[in-house]
Amino acid sequence: MNRARLVRIIGTYGVLIALAALVVFGFLRYDRFLSFYNVMTLLRYNSMFALVALGMCFVIMTGGIDLSVGSVAALGSVASALASPYGIVPGLAAGIGAGLVAGLINGILVTRANLMPFIATLATMQAASGSALLLAGNQTVSVSYESGFTAIGQGSLWTFPIPAAIAALAYLTGSLVLNYTGTGRAVLAIGGGEDASRLMGLRTDRVKSLVYLASGGLAGLAGVILASQFGAGQPIEGVGWELFAIAAVVVGGTLLTGGSGSVVTTLAGVLLLGILFNVLNFENGMGWISLSAYWQSVIRGLFLLTVVLLQARLTRRRLGAL
Amino acid sequence: MTRPPDGPSPLLLDIRDIQKRFAGIPALVDASLSVRSGEVHALIGQNGAGKSTLIKVLTGYHRKDAGQVLFEGKPFEVHSPHQAQVNGISTIYQEINLVPLRSVTENICLGREKRRYGLLDWNAMHAEAERLLSRFSIGMDVGRPLGEFNTATQQMVAIARAIGFSARLVIMDEPTSSLDEREVGVLFGVIRQLKAEGVSVIFVSHKLDELYEVCDQVTIMRDGRTVRNAAMEEIGKLELVAAMLGRDVAAVEGHATAFGERDRSRIGDVMFSARGLGAGQAVRGVSFDLRRGEIAGFAGLLGAGRTETARLVFGADRANAGEMTMEGSNYNPQRPADAIVAGMGFCTEDRKGEGIVPEMTVAENLTLALLPKISRNGVLDEQRQREVVQRFIRELGIKCSGPNQKVRELSGGNQQKVLLARWLAMNPKLLILDEPTRGIDVGAKGEIQRLIRGLADQGLGVLMISSELEEIIEGADRIFVLRDGVSVTELEAEDANEEKVLTAMAHGTSASSEAAT
Repeated sequence: MNRARLVRIIGTYGVLIALAALVVFGFLRYDRFLSFYNVMTLLRYNSMFALVALGMCFVIMTGGIDLSVGSVAALGSVASALASPYGIVPGLAAGIGAGLVAGLINGILVTRANLMPFIATLATMQAASGSALLLAGNQTVSVSYESGFTAIGQGSLWTFPIPAAIAALAYLTGSLVLNYTGTGRAVLAIGGGEDASRLMGLRTDRVKSLVYLASGGLAGLAGVILASQFGAGQPIEGVGWELFAIAAVVVGGTLLTGGSGSVVTTLAGVLLLGILFNVLNFENGMGWISLSAYWQSVIRGLFLLTVVLLQARLTRRRLGAL
Repeated sequence: MTRPPDGPSPLLLDIRDIQKRFAGIPALVDASLSVRSGEVHALIGQNGAGKSTLIKVLTGYHRKDAGQVLFEGKPFEVHSPHQAQVNGISTIYQEINLVPLRSVTENICLGREKRRYGLLDWNAMHAEAERLLSRFSIGMDVGRPLGEFNTATQQMVAIARAIGFSARLVIMDEPTSSLDEREVGVLFGVIRQLKAEGVSVIFVSHKLDELYEVCDQVTIMRDGRTVRNAAMEEIGKLELVAAMLGRDVAAVEGHATAFGERDRSRIGDVMFSARGLGAGQAVRGVSFDLRRGEIAGFAGLLGAGRTETARLVFGADRANAGEMTMEGSNYNPQRPADAIVAGMGFCTEDRKGEGIVPEMTVAENLTLALLPKISRNGVLDEQRQREVVQRFIRELGIKCSGPNQKVRELSGGNQQKVLLARWLAMNPKLLILDEPTRGIDVGAKGEIQRLIRGLADQGLGVLMISSELEEIIEGADRIFVLRDGVSVTELEAEDANEEKVLTAMAHGTSASSEAAT
């Protein structure tokens, strides 16, 4: 019983342990790893991925998938860059709005047209990517530096990066919604058994539409931050973001089949992947070895695989003990 | 306005002349059902009689094509289970429809969460779940995932959820199929409580004894029609069965099962034996012999380790203790393929999950395991497939429109026959049947039972697991009683009676050991 409990805790919070271990490793090995500058840069850069992963987390918990997040973010960045001359609010509204539209379409395709989420969001992914290029006229769109729009990505609250604060707020809300609202519980119930949930009287279609809408909106918001941080709307950015997000969610212990998951550990998953990247850069900086970007990809892949395998073993043992 | 002229309690539900077709095929032709307040109403009929469809129409899962539903005297039109729930009709479906990954509390409280300051109040919800479960005298950690508990407990949770909705009508579709006797007793206690509170219950069951124990009124359906409505005390068991089958009373008299007479002389020497089989907590020492032409019955309560033992024999799980021999040589299967090579077949208890492939045709399902044998160089020999399929459809009397009908569309009994045929086509020496007649209507049940006896008479060794005492006592030539993963008693059929088997099953078993982990 106690052992089972321990296993469950490791299964759920394994990612936190891995994260702590990686931070300690970095701290011991690299002088400036925990320096103020490095930490803040890390948070600022990864906040976009964190937002995308949060939406993905909810979608995956219903047993779905959203492949469109990367190109929706790109579309959001272009839309917000175009609106940036009018100020912060129009910029934000344009980016998030573009994302919401994409999310709404995903939701309709999945619930009304009964398409598999994989196919539906694959289609949206293509369409959003094309729309971004069309809207941007096949080039990056400079943002306005006069309207204050760049503060969203580049500014700080006292010393804390604004995008990181936005992500933190989003995660706090996400965690509350998941754990303390009926909708949040319904998300997990649907992932655990959609037909059962429907027979239990849950409004499954509404909840599913909602998660795709949220995922789209969050991807749009990530796009706003992207444009603001790098000073331009980037129609060809966002490639592979969906895979990063899926990886972060899965490393965070959320079941890819749905029904079980956590917002907090998803954030830990994002940080884990982000810090791993950071550590590899430091390692290169040490001058002992020089890892090309390709090797870094290989190492990240292997690391991801290790964490997921460990987690799968623990989870299987947990469920196997039924 | 719909007060009945004769009865004291008002009519709560009045369903009239419901019609429903699926893809042109009529499922309900002329279904009616009236339930009074505070009444426990039995709804019975063979599989395919339309009980489940009628329930799903009532709860808004399906839309009716014609007919009228009055609930509390007013027309009742719902389009989703959610609406039905809100309007006071709560349903427990035949297959437990809960979410195993989520906690017991969530499964009970989803859809009517308790809130505080607009957010979920977990403490209150846990307390509510515990309160509802306490009616069933179940104490459990409601924060743990539902899937960690055994089927019976899950069933109780489903029932607790349904009555927690302060419903005026609770529909229970075969709620007792996974409960043991003690748990059935607890459930009946709850039903009587509900009745006392004025809540009506529609109770669907294949077990006739149960109906007489708790029900006031019975409605019998056949072929999508309501054929009889009577007070429970006014109708005899035989009459019930006759009405369900649409046959004369005389035709169903006699034995409770249809296994027929044993022919001891056909039983040969020992073919398979197991000594001290063990695997984890579920199986902790099971020994038995199986002879040619013999039906060995495994009796035991839920969780006694019967299915688990069968899985070890079939190589679906691996034993970590004990020895097995098959036809005199050591037998140690690593996977089901080994067991199949050794001449075994296994019809699982979970027909839908592990047996049939619903979307495939009768022919495809039937020859699934046989494919390598009827293929030449990897190409299916369709002529041979057709022969095999035709033969078994004929021999087993599988009722289908033809080999190309989807198995999904067949009744439970015919699905079971397809499964049986799949293994028989392999020409096995030993067949393991896990609950071969569960969830199958009376008529088809008899056919399956006769079939099993016939197979044994042809020299097949049959290992039959059944939770129905009559089936074990009348069907098996030799009975092994399992208790808590140990084979505790072996009885020759001639010496066996209900009392002996029940005593062996119950003696020393504690109810708490049934609870998960």
